[in-house]
Amino acid sequence: MIDHDDDHLGRAYDHRLMRRLLGYLRPYRASVAGAVVVVIADAVIQLAGPWLTMQAIDHGIRERDIPYLDRVAVLYLTVLVAGFVLGWLQTQIMQRVGQRVMLDLRMALFSHLQRLPMAFFDRNRVGRLLTRVTNDVDVLNELFTAGVVAIFGDVFTLVGILIAMSRINPELMGVAFSVIPLIFIVTLVFRARVRVSFRDIRTRLARLNAFMNETLSGMSTVQLFGREAHNMEDFSAVNAGHRDANLQTVFYHAVFFPALELVGALAVSLIVWYGGRQVMWTSITLGTLVAFIQYTQRFFRPISDLSEKYNILQQAMASSERIFDLLDTPVDPRAPALAPASRFEGRVEFDHVWFAYREPDWVLRDVSFTIAPGERLALVGATGSGKSTIASLLLGFYAPQRGTIRVDGRPLAEWDLGALRRRLGFVLQDVFLFSGTIAGNLRLGDPALTREQIERAAREVHAHAFIERLPGGYDAPVVERGATLSAGQRQLLAFARALACDPSLLVPDEATSSVDPRAEALLQDALRRLMRGRSCLVIAHRLTTIQDVNRVVVIHHGEVRETGTHADLMALGGIYYRLYQLQFMDGARRPAQPNSNGANGVEVPDSQVVDTRLDLS
Amino acid sequence: MLRLAVDDLYHGVTSLKLARYAGILFAIAVVGGVFKYLMRLGVIGISRHIEYDLRNDLFAHLQTLPVQYYQATPTGDLMSRATNDLSAVRMMVGPGFMYLVNTVTVAVISIACMIAISPRLTFYSLLPLPLVSLTAWIFGERIHRRFERIQAQFAVLSARVQESLSGVRVIRAFAREAEEIEAFRDLNREYLERSERLIRVWGIFYPLLAFLSGLAALLALDLGGREVVRGHISLGQFVAFTVYLAMLNWPVVALGWVISLFQRGMASFRRLVEILDVVPAIASPPRPVRPEAWPRAPLEAWPVAHPRPIRGAIEFRDLTFTYPGADRPALRGISLAIAPGQSVALVGRTGSGKTTLLSLLPRLFDPPPRTVFVDGVDVRDFDLGALRAALAVVPQETFLFSATVAENIAYGRRLTDLDGGAADASPEAVERAATIARFTPDVRGFPDGFRTMVGERGITLSGGQRQRAAIARALLRDAPILLLDDCLSSVDTHTEDAILKGLAGEMRRRTTLLVSHRVSTVREADLIVVLDDGRIVERGTHASLLALDGRYAELHRQQRLEEELEAS
Repeated sequence: MIDHDDDHLGRAYDHRLMRRLLGYLRPYRASVAGAVVVVIADAVIQLAGPWLTMQAIDHGIRERDIPYLDRVAVLYLTVLVAGFVLGWLQTQIMQRVGQRVMLDLRMALFSHLQRLPMAFFDRNRVGRLLTRVTNDVDVLNELFTAGVVAIFGDVFTLVGILIAMSRINPELMGVAFSVIPLIFIVTLVFRARVRVSFRDIRTRLARLNAFMNETLSGMSTVQLFGREAHNMEDFSAVNAGHRDANLQTVFYHAVFFPALELVGALAVSLIVWYGGRQVMWTSITLGTLVAFIQYTQRFFRPISDLSEKYNILQQAMASSERIFDLLDTPVDPRAPALAPASRFEGRVEFDHVWFAYREPDWVLRDVSFTIAPGERLALVGATGSGKSTIASLLLGFYAPQRGTIRVDGRPLAEWDLGALRRRLGFVLQDVFLFSGTIAGNLRLGDPALTREQIERAAREVHAHAFIERLPGGYDAPVVERGATLSAGQRQLLAFARALACDPSLLVPDEATSSVDPRAEALLQDALRRLMRGRSCLVIAHRLTTIQDVNRVVVIHHGEVRETGTHADLMALGGIYYRLYQLQFMDGARRPAQPNSNGANGVEVPDSQVVDTRLDLS
Repeated sequence: MLRLAVDDLYHGVTSLKLARYAGILFAIAVVGGVFKYLMRLGVIGISRHIEYDLRNDLFAHLQTLPVQYYQATPTGDLMSRATNDLSAVRMMVGPGFMYLVNTVTVAVISIACMIAISPRLTFYSLLPLPLVSLTAWIFGERIHRRFERIQAQFAVLSARVQESLSGVRVIRAFAREAEEIEAFRDLNREYLERSERLIRVWGIFYPLLAFLSGLAALLALDLGGREVVRGHISLGQFVAFTVYLAMLNWPVVALGWVISLFQRGMASFRRLVEILDVVPAIASPPRPVRPEAWPRAPLEAWPVAHPRPIRGAIEFRDLTFTYPGADRPALRGISLAIAPGQSVALVGRTGSGKTTLLSLLPRLFDPPPRTVFVDGVDVRDFDLGALRAALAVVPQETFLFSATVAENIAYGRRLTDLDGGAADASPEAVERAATIARFTPDVRGFPDGFRTMVGERGITLSGGQRQRAAIARALLRDAPILLLDDCLSSVDTHTEDAILKGLAGEMRRRTTLLVSHRVSTVREADLIVVLDDGRIVERGTHASLLALDGRYAELHRQQRLEEELEAS
């Protein structure tokens, strides 16, 4: 909403963008064609009113022919009914088409986002992407429904009036239209001025909103530094600038609209004067004169809408440009995928892998290791050593710059990533729960799982007990991000979620969140049960997990520094030994703490860790 | 006028007379145009002034609301009120009001003229009018309701996209893209369905209005024609009548629009008033203690020691504090007296209450009465502005504003003019503060030095650079009490040493409260306090705490081991 770099406005019409936009109408060709017919018919009907009035006056009233007058009235009623039906049809069709195009666009954007490489999400803020899918698409809705239809309708009405007038009396038409150059002059002058100040207003408004947004976000800094008064002055200044820029356009509008009406009045006056003389000389009828006056009035309304339409068009172009930019961002290149066997062995190979999020800051340097089927391997290292990056690479979130990652002997690039990921059980460090129900979150890996299956998985990892106690049990609602559940509970759900889809290779990236010792013991046991009988790549943040693995690989500053069993590495007395000592000290300190998370541990919501709340500034 | 012209036409007229009629017609239009010009300028202009005032009031009020309010209210919500709702209110008092006046005026005048021609005809041709009002009323209500339902679904849609984007890693890890897309499609279908429900009403509404006003014209044509034939009214009167009736068309349609503008405007106004009615939970007491603002040193002489009305004595007296809405206290029974000029370090695990303790001094959160004192005065008794002016804070997370580096450093003091003139903090003072914080060498490397823009439209600072900017900002504030909340966590040990050396001089002249995880940062402090789960568990100097061999000593050992590990 307040991305100020989104606020620039370009041309009001861009042929390339417009063609691409109209391409989205293609699936609804029939409806659009229907709408065009309706719009044309409606324009014709719109013209019938004045014509009928003319007939009524000239033949009915002047010739004192009341039956004729009644016939005209009946015809008029028919026209009205037709106008009603056509108007209704027009809105129905165009709005429906507009809404469907919006749906298509939103779906296209959303699907595209699902396929963009992970690095894209590291670069782009969620808020900005959200704006593309929601607000920008909505702006286009304006274009498709209000803009396109109205412009279509207006053009047809104008053309229709021209035809009608020329048929009735070309000479009088010339008189009426002698003011058209005036309209053009007024409109051009107005548009030039308004365009400048319109852009001025947009930038000022963006600044105003950016200022406010920033102040709101940094309010504690504002208050701590006693900046309120100074801020208020600055804000008033920006606000006043915005107001004055607006007042400028108010002035232009105040001149433009009455001026346009004046030109209209001038046209009517001319018709009265010139047409009246002709009536006098009986070269035209009184009815013609009245019809002409009515036509002229109808002619001016669409023109005065012009500036509004211009705004719609300009905003729509800016929005569609941003939408198409996003749609044109290249997606993950997908190699001709080999479908994975329904169950693969679970052999993983990292072969001299080098990786950097941004070269040349290497996060992984020449990392090599293998996991044999059924083997449990742990990656150990200090925070920031590159352990979690290894998991991201194995998932195919990023591609290594050098070296190869193989699964079951095949390079990762040859796999159908989606299908492969389904066979891998990842427990991510940041447990992300989706809004919905507990059961829905457990079925994440496979929506076809039965209640029995997910319950069995939950039981196995000790999640069943607390789920049962939630109001609604497995159908208990999960609010966004699972905010009402404790860290421990979320972790258990993540275990159950991974277990439920019975993965061939398990990759637990343990959470570092602190839970009390009882919950900790529960989590450890759950993890042990989860790992039983599978290939595992454990991203170990706590060394207690390591008791159950076959082999340990120590990553330090992005390199493999030590490999071996726990006993080997302890005997070595190197990095692992020091890490272990550190952990031991940390662990030794923990039991000394009062049980801060309540008796049942896992049930205490995170919100009680209040210290983090102050990170407002 | 038109009537006279038409009647004359009927009876024969000179072209001179016709020209006069046309001229008069045009003159009337000119007068009307001037009126419309004045009204637009007046009413819409006033609406812009009202918008300006309302936005200023809103901003001023928001600045008085405490941190707690911002934790409970998403910024996006406040922004949406400050933008969308404000503009809806403006539409109501501006165009809404203008078209209302316009509609009423035109309606009154045309109906009056119509009655003057023929009351009977007026009555018949205005028969459909109540139907128009009825339609506008019934449909307006429904359109409003259905529109709200669409907006609600739109919010659901947005939330879904947001969630799906935030959880993109999990979705990929579980290969759930297709299901996500399907779920999104379902929500979209629901949105479409609700939209179509609106379209169904909407699609009838306007054509129906047009039909009804057409019906009026039809009645006028048929009945009026008969009247003319019967000789009750002249042909000119008849033509004039139809023209007056046509003038009613637009106001009638506009009325529906005006009604919806007013509905939305009032709803939005209520949402704005909701904010304006929030009473700031933390404010100065009715009769606040106002220490004299201490004379800041002349800029050439800065920094020098000088006498200050607030000396900087701090005391926590048996302080137990629970965050609003929390059920366990974050701090329990804290008692700690700090003499002016003393430096005290707070050490402890994440969540032990260190930051909370600091946040109570500037009343970001309100401590219970008679628990936190500055110079022997309860912080709640101070004038809020004066209290905060006595504190220079380096928060845990640095918030920098979209302004130049210099402006950010001078944030606590006014920097009105960088190019000389009446400035409260000169460029030299800014640079000196930056130098003490070891920030100057970095700034020299920026494209425009101290005038480089920071933030979204400028350069992005690293975590360490932000922290050093924040330290410089606090130093330049030149307050008797300095609060440093874990402010060196993102700088390397070498820079940390250098900053600490520079700070040492500043800390001698001020009371300093320092939070840190690192032993190296706190070892020089006069007093080290170890917090755990909201309580003070150890207190003493570096040497005495090491001798105690408790939690601090353990932290010390652990960090030495970490350093060794890092070096290996």
